[in-house]
Amino acid sequence: MAVLARAEGKQLRELWGGLGIDPAFEMVRGPETGLATVRGRISGDGAPFNFGDVTVTRASVRLQDGAVGHAYRLGRDQGAARLCAVIDALADDAAMAATIDSRLVEPLREALAARDRQRQAETAATKVDFFTLVRGED
Amino acid sequence: MYVAVKGGETAIDNAHKLLADRRRGNRDVADLGLDQIMEQLSLAVDRVMSEGALYDRELAALAIKQARGDLIEAIFLARAYRTTLPRFGYTQPVDTGRMQVERRISACFKDLPGGQLLGPTFDYTHRLLDPALAGGAAPETPEVRDPDGAPMMRVSDFLGQEGLLEPAPDAADKPVPDDIARNPMSYPMDRDARLQALARGDEGFLLSMGYSTQRGYARSHPFAGEIRIGEVELEIAVPELDFAAPLGRIQVTECQMVNQFQGSAKAPPQFTRGYGLVFGQAERKSMAMALVDRALRATELGEDLTAPAQDEEFVIAHSDNVQATGFVEHLKLPHYVDFQSELNLVRRMRAEVEARTETHQEAAE
Repeated sequence: MAVLARAEGKQLRELWGGLGIDPAFEMVRGPETGLATVRGRISGDGAPFNFGDVTVTRASVRLQDGAVGHAYRLGRDQGAARLCAVIDALADDAAMAATIDSRLVEPLREALAARDRQRQAETAATKVDFFTLVRGED
Repeated sequence: MYVAVKGGETAIDNAHKLLADRRRGNRDVADLGLDQIMEQLSLAVDRVMSEGALYDRELAALAIKQARGDLIEAIFLARAYRTTLPRFGYTQPVDTGRMQVERRISACFKDLPGGQLLGPTFDYTHRLLDPALAGGAAPETPEVRDPDGAPMMRVSDFLGQEGLLEPAPDAADKPVPDDIARNPMSYPMDRDARLQALARGDEGFLLSMGYSTQRGYARSHPFAGEIRIGEVELEIAVPELDFAAPLGRIQVTECQMVNQFQGSAKAPPQFTRGYGLVFGQAERKSMAMALVDRALRATELGEDLTAPAQDEEFVIAHSDNVQATGFVEHLKLPHYVDFQSELNLVRRMRAEVEARTETHQEAAE
């Protein structure tokens, strides 16, 4: 769910299209867009405080076999939230879960990890290497 | 006599049509895309998200475009939009200790674990306008280096180990914070409610208030203990799932300000803390917020109240630029009747003064 929530909508749709699965489903809730209030902690690790809101879109679906799936995602992409809920419901079936994992979730996870690695490497290049100046004594 | 008047509908419609035209500007110039605003004016987007108290990059970009770049107007639009959405709940508190760090510096310790990571900063630039940028020159590809994987320990963690730094307020003392978005503010406030107000406060106002503390109005010898910018994970507890639903990541800026404290009857001399947490990349605001947070703790720490930045009601009540602009700008709305009555009053007072002067002169003659 964490990978699906973070996945970029376009890539998610492309990979889903490649799976060739098109199950019938009914909406149990949504997709609907609302707010979640983000909490922080005073001084980073102390008592909580409310900090500001984020837009969140959620959806719940039921497949014909009765499997229910839920999705929550930052932002307002209702199509992506509905799709994530369908994928979540499909993953109730072990065989389907394996397919989804290898052909959808894994590539998404790798794309997200690659972005993180690139950013970390770019940040690391801005690390300060201190050196001590030797004072001339002669 | 009170006379109701009506009018201006056509003028207003035409003014808004004219606004749309002027917003678009010269049609020979390409229309500005939201993706361009999000990518290339990203710090303006961050400011609208932070002061609009709504994290949504695309909406903030739309607000900036619609407001013709007037950020306070854009913040107003973001706040107004917020009120139209249902609220699903509160996230788990973000763990800034596990942030995907893009920048991290400390002015207190040179060799802190994890190091000083400058990231994409304006610091150390010469502030010279760059004609090459005006010409649309493509930037170089950023350098990369293997990250050393050293844990990014908080500065407060190792200062805290020696007991030299006050501990953070205990979550057990107040597990559920106040919410100024749902309940009216009342003074005095708890620190959690103050931080919520400061997090959406106007950057310029907080900057000036923070600056005033450095110039001697509630002086407290601050050091930027640590500033970090990066992405944090959000999770929300919902009834339909037996684990917290992951939502994705947002970018935040955190500032831990460390301030000297003389000690009191209850506490030994130690460093105290001010805290800043802001949506997006907003270092200046996070620092200003931390300075003001610390100044507003004067009563709690038993310090003398001598300066505006320590006055909670003054600072918090005037920190919100949507409220401020609403009240200042309402002055331009028609006050014709109010002004008529003032005009009559001033005329009558003048007549009285003139009458007195004449009587006085006659008496003298």
